[in-house]
Amino acid sequence: MDNIKITIDGRKCLTQEGESILNAARANDMFIPAICYLTRCSPTLACRICLVEVDGKRVYSCNAKVKDGMEVITKNEEILEERRAIMEVYDVNHPLQCGVCDQSGECELQNYTLELGVDSQSYAIPDTKRESVNWSSVLHYDPGLCIVCERCVTVCKDMVGDAAITTGPRGGAKLGKEAKESMPKDAYAMWNKLQKSVIIPSNGTDQTNCSDCGECIAVCPVGALVSRDFQYTTNAWDLTRVPAVSAHSSDGFQIYYEVKPTSISDRMEKIYRVTNEWNYTSLDGAARFAYDFENRGVVKDTEAFAKAVEAFKKAETIRFNSIISNEEALMLQRLKEKTGVKLYNSEVRAYQKFLVAYTVASGNSLYTSDNDKIMRESDFVVSVGVHLRNDAPGSKHAFNNIQKMNKGAGLYFHPIGDTLVPTFGKTVTTFTHKVGLEEVALYLVLELFADKEKLPAKTKSYLESFNSIQKKTIKEKVMQEVTETIVDEETGESKEIAKKVSQMLEKEIEITHNRLVELLGKDSEEFSEVFEKMIKKKERFSLMIGEDLYYHEKAENLARLVALIEQTCSFDILIIPPKSNALGVAQICELDDQSSGYTIGYNENGDFRLSALGDGDLDMPAFNQQEGTFTTLGKRIVPTNAALPYEGYELNDLMRELMDVEEETVDWTVHLPADKGYRAIAFDDLTNSYDNDGSDNRGYLLDISSKGVEFSEVDKFDESAALEGDIAYRCNPCRQFNDFTDKAHQISEAFALYASPSRVEQLGDSVEIEIGEKTWELQVIKDDKMEGDIVCIPDFRSREDTYGAFGDSRYRKVTIRKG
Amino acid sequence: MSLEQFKNRNIGEQNYKMLDIEHRPEKSWDRFKQAFGRSIKIELFIGLAVTFGIMIRTLFRGETHTIRYPFEKIPISRRYRAIHEMKRLLESGNYRCIGCGLCEKICISKCIAMDTRYDENQRKEVSEYTINFGRCIFCGYCAEVCPELAIVHGDRYETASEQRASFALFEDMLTPIDKLKSQKEYPGFGAVSPNADDNIKKTPLAY
Repeated sequence: MDNIKITIDGRKCLTQEGESILNAARANDMFIPAICYLTRCSPTLACRICLVEVDGKRVYSCNAKVKDGMEVITKNEEILEERRAIMEVYDVNHPLQCGVCDQSGECELQNYTLELGVDSQSYAIPDTKRESVNWSSVLHYDPGLCIVCERCVTVCKDMVGDAAITTGPRGGAKLGKEAKESMPKDAYAMWNKLQKSVIIPSNGTDQTNCSDCGECIAVCPVGALVSRDFQYTTNAWDLTRVPAVSAHSSDGFQIYYEVKPTSISDRMEKIYRVTNEWNYTSLDGAARFAYDFENRGVVKDTEAFAKAVEAFKKAETIRFNSIISNEEALMLQRLKEKTGVKLYNSEVRAYQKFLVAYTVASGNSLYTSDNDKIMRESDFVVSVGVHLRNDAPGSKHAFNNIQKMNKGAGLYFHPIGDTLVPTFGKTVTTFTHKVGLEEVALYLVLELFADKEKLPAKTKSYLESFNSIQKKTIKEKVMQEVTETIVDEETGESKEIAKKVSQMLEKEIEITHNRLVELLGKDSEEFSEVFEKMIKKKERFSLMIGEDLYYHEKAENLARLVALIEQTCSFDILIIPPKSNALGVAQICELDDQSSGYTIGYNENGDFRLSALGDGDLDMPAFNQQEGTFTTLGKRIVPTNAALPYEGYELNDLMRELMDVEEETVDWTVHLPADKGYRAIAFDDLTNSYDNDGSDNRGYLLDISSKGVEFSEVDKFDESAALEGDIAYRCNPCRQFNDFTDKAHQISEAFALYASPSRVEQLGDSVEIEIGEKTWELQVIKDDKMEGDIVCIPDFRSREDTYGAFGDSRYRKVTIRKG
Repeated sequence: MSLEQFKNRNIGEQNYKMLDIEHRPEKSWDRFKQAFGRSIKIELFIGLAVTFGIMIRTLFRGETHTIRYPFEKIPISRRYRAIHEMKRLLESGNYRCIGCGLCEKICISKCIAMDTRYDENQRKEVSEYTINFGRCIFCGYCAEVCPELAIVHGDRYETASEQRASFALFEDMLTPIDKLKSQKEYPGFGAVSPNADDNIKKTPLAY
């Protein structure tokens, strides 16, 4: 990216090639009004208010790219008049004496009306009756307040990928002819469009069928879209914003908990909603709606505390999961170093092993990419072993976003068919392969992208062994030049005339047939044609690796393959942490493979249970009641603050009984292991903000080292290892990640068997399912974006011990009986 | 967003600022001069003359101003700000309050609190409303800011009660439904001025 210079209102600004004028201005702290534009999404040109003058010509700054030496004027008399007219039009039938709007003053319509000095109304049109509707269990839409800026539509399509909403007919009155003549041009065009549209669910029903992430609510500039739970419960100005980190998916999304006393009679603080910096980060449904998982009404129970200390003294194993801050993970690690207690974590152990194998093979201390980097730079993304929709919402956003914004392409390998992923873009190809063939997918990536000269000879010849050259006869239309001799009848002279004649010729061509593609369930020829289109003009490639690979029988070989891909294909690699703070735990703790003896469970099963869920032997603070840091998927150490009060004991109090340690939990932050890339920065010195140009200033990045290593040997795959028969997949429904999301009242996804529509028809309403020794009786729920016969069993309830039943694989053969 | 509030774990650390206070005389003669100058002034004698004048008029000419409260009450000014009243709509008897929360927001002594919810008619309903009269300074901002003239000041200035809470709840302030007909419009702060129509620009409507 080249630095280029432009002038905005006489001020020299530095920016990059390919940037829009609006973003360049924002990055340089210059203000251009804009309503419909969303950073990281494509410009819609619905509001037309970002109008500027460039070298004497009017352009829309969200849409126009910067050019070197360009002179931009953000306001002059004409532009201001146009903008004022646009705001007046927005205010038609949307008066600003808003009595009870949920936006309550955080309203861009009000702000821009004031900013542009609209003090009178010159336009009018009869209003249309528009009823407010509920789109889903969380979304409420009031078209009467909607200004049809289409930000919700844009974010749903370009960022979230669900494309669940679109614009539909409004049935509004037509504009009169005199309006066209009397109004400024852009204001008229905008009004004309506004009178024709309103937002509707895109599936033709009155319900959105989406992941309920609520990002549309976040981006709505007015109060048209609100969460049903939040509606009319409070005004925005009464809420205190607590900057925090979402505790559920491993993305570590930036969020604000917004708190206020519960009611007049109950002055205990309560979280009313979660908001985010929606220009720079997009949440999933769990981050936005699963916030009320706090451990309420806890007081210091000295008796239970004494028992807990005793339990720790005799414990052989501490079992925990990934919902734990870096500091607490460090406490457990220190305890292990002191007493030799085992640390058992079924969510993270496999991931940690995979990371270690990757580090050994690649020489990098950690993977090299992250979702933001993919969105900024990549134009080709490959995903292997991630159930994008449910496992990693942030990665799903990235996968989708590059299709829309970077003219990207994507390959998606997963045993479970998905109907959503192919809709991300025209150049997305999905492979629904047999379970256990993840190695084949990685070999195919090598075959398609690797610099073959760099590959080790053995691997190279192994790859070549799948290629066979087949001969095929095709019919081809060929234009042939034929020379005819014509004799002129009058003169008797003969003339030669060249003529073109089309002929069908049979031709034999050579086709490289790749068996890897066939193994993954696609026709080799068709794929190579499709792939040719996909790869055109692509420059930066990324690979997303998911949980399926960590729980693969040959995980280590897969890790080596990933490293080899990085070394020979110039791919950026993202190894997605499976849950919450899995990366932090993997970096900080030395985990053990097995638990044994007397076990303390921290939010997990055990002989003595520490629990933030309120059902254990000793209460602990939940993640929204804690201070601490979190290691995100983006390798960033970000601080989170306590949103709600907590009066009971915390883990650090126990540690103080057992060891000579720090006074407060956050005093541990400086002691995070430097050899893993953590820095000795005190908790209170960690920043937590974004810059205007979108650069992330939350906390700091893990230091990553890399050293050159020899290519490691990769094993051949065994195609007969593919699982056949009835298969269950350990996978949570969308928005469910753990016991805490389950506790949140807005998350309604049940602990049930999730299956594709066709499979549900076979199975009926409920089934009995048997995995090894474990038997579940589960309700069957249809996931209509799933395809195929594999069924999903969630693992979010620790007391169901899904991890125990599945062991060290994510796929298990099961016996299903109709219930 | 500033994080200071989350980082300050030491409650009780205050930032006091010293004010500039004028120089104090040090010698006792100077101190006497200052005290004498401050207390003996011409106004003192004018004031005494007025007082004596009134005393004579009251004692000897019967011109007394004393009101025998509580047996006798004078009407209070319409600008007087006493205990709040919540008004109802005359036609339907519904609350005027729409739960916008502006009174809560503007209240400088932070004594107003309200609970609202989404009701069955898709409207914002005020489910509970209180004013903490121990804190209320009767500034009248709430009445002035109310867009619906729902909260106003009444004329009930006798605020002796067994407990403050007796005035504080929604139903205590609300016009009783059977007295709806005798509900009077409030003329004080925030009421519509007689020439309101002259002061606004009308928004064009296409009907």
